[in-house]
Amino acid sequence: MPEKPPRRHLSLAAREALTCYLFLLPWGIGFLIFVLGPIVASLVLSFMRYDVVTAPRFLGLSNFRELFSTDYRFGMSMGNTAYYVAFYVPLHLIVALGLALLLNQKVRGMPVYRTLFYIPSIVPIVASSILWVWILQPEWGMINSLLAVFGVKGPLWLSSLTWSKPSMIMMALWGSGSAMIICLAGLQGVPQHLYEAAEIDGANRWQRFAHITLPMLSPTLFFMLILGVIGSFQVFTTAYVMTGGGPAESTLFYMLYLYRRAFVFLNMGYAAAMAWILFVIVLALTLVQFRLANRWVYYEAEQR
Amino acid sequence: MMQDQALVPATTPHVYRSSFLTRASRVLGRVGSHLILLAGAAVFSIPFIWMLSTSMKTDRQIFAWPPIWIPNPLVWANYPAVFDYAPMHKYFLNTMVIATAQVFGAIVTCSLAAYAFSRVRAPGRDAIFTVMISQMMIPGVVTLVPLYILFARLDWIDTFLPLTVPAMLGSPFYIFMLRQFFLTLPMELEEAALIDGASRLRVWWTIILPLSKPAIATVAIFAFMFAWNDFTGPLIFLNGRDKFTLSLGLQAFMFERRTLWSLLMAASTMMILPIMVVFFLAQKYFIQGIALTGLKA
Repeated sequence: MPEKPPRRHLSLAAREALTCYLFLLPWGIGFLIFVLGPIVASLVLSFMRYDVVTAPRFLGLSNFRELFSTDYRFGMSMGNTAYYVAFYVPLHLIVALGLALLLNQKVRGMPVYRTLFYIPSIVPIVASSILWVWILQPEWGMINSLLAVFGVKGPLWLSSLTWSKPSMIMMALWGSGSAMIICLAGLQGVPQHLYEAAEIDGANRWQRFAHITLPMLSPTLFFMLILGVIGSFQVFTTAYVMTGGGPAESTLFYMLYLYRRAFVFLNMGYAAAMAWILFVIVLALTLVQFRLANRWVYYEAEQR
Repeated sequence: MMQDQALVPATTPHVYRSSFLTRASRVLGRVGSHLILLAGAAVFSIPFIWMLSTSMKTDRQIFAWPPIWIPNPLVWANYPAVFDYAPMHKYFLNTMVIATAQVFGAIVTCSLAAYAFSRVRAPGRDAIFTVMISQMMIPGVVTLVPLYILFARLDWIDTFLPLTVPAMLGSPFYIFMLRQFFLTLPMELEEAALIDGASRLRVWWTIILPLSKPAIATVAIFAFMFAWNDFTGPLIFLNGRDKFTLSLGLQAFMFERRTLWSLLMAASTMMILPIMVVFFLAQKYFIQGIALTGLKA
């Protein structure tokens, strides 16, 4: 293989650095143009009125003033979203961890079980939303039909003010499989000798779980918690497809309202202000979680 | 340090043999596990059975009491009938184009960046890495409105470009996964090649990529699933029905014909099927990849 003689005019380290920057360039360009730039633009827009057709006009704080004083949908959609996050995120972690523990046993047929539990999570969200509208259909749907067998009259689910949000949470929990797989990988990374040592010391199942499994798994759970909060604050597609925000705006989530303001009413500036408020809330929650992390997240001594 | 670890075998074969567990209670426990697993599996799979069953029913059977689980006869004709309402083949093709572009783009750019982050030294590299990690925590909504305006200015609305170009430039999640994997690869091969005068690009292509098949496959599956499932992107950036993806087309179908349950279920089944096939084909790589890429922590 003919090799070119190494070029002399650049030192090895400089060439290495140049290569590194070149390799990072595509991501860097994407980050600047499609992430960082838009974030800044979003902030600027939030002080403006802009409807895409006419030129933007500077408004000062008036978007924010309107949001916090006269727009009752802002508070309501935030409340709906907070409800969703408050119930979904913890339940999601519990279900994922529970399933992972269940699937971490040595039982025959485990690959089949794992696949069955995992598959709902790869179903495209529009398809699962449509499926669940049908499952939750009050008269002919699967759940109320099954309940009727036991003589129970099921609720109206998505058409009920009280049940619309729980219905969506239930549907989302059906897709806990991907989180379960991550938990399972975490569980299998817990060194067996810890359990053996604990067993020799006479620790029972619960003690082994509380003092070995949970601490060893806490970085995984923390990672899932952080991404879970960020993701579920932006819940959108289920409500858009299943209810369109109804009944009586009980599933008008923050993102759905933002979407309407931006792309139905073309209030781009207003929507940008809403987006920035959500950004600040999510950022604050993330930082708080990182602060609280050292109270419960256990990191093994760095190995690398 | 390495020697200390070598003294302990990586996997200690062992059998739980608690003294108080008699044989009988162990059998009972096993039966109990199976019962719980079966019940759980039923809860998780019944919706699919309901979907399949509905997709092959006539209207009369859909609204029958008690509910029919196995329709007789199976109305396969519901499947071709979907095409009268929604051009699924068109949606399928559009989705495939977008997914393919995203998958190949993501593999190339993300593995290049991951290689740089894991092996190629440069001043400021670790600071850049921190920036990239923080990018994962930015909620997408904050960029949505300006992106729409940007794409409108570029005249990209109602083309596939807003859905492919940003994704092809790389996503921090995939870069992070690949970097974690690359860090576990042995250095020797690479160093030998570099000493022989191979460029970093050549090492990436001939050594790193072939060694990373499970990790690359995992990223490919994730990227494919993301493209297949994405709804918000197509909803905002596509208008014309001939550009619709499966997600968008299915939603439009549902919106217009909310009562055609058998056809809706048939259409949903058709959307779910390919992703299941991909999953089953790649399952081995996938589970391996998640464990290997350090997704666990």
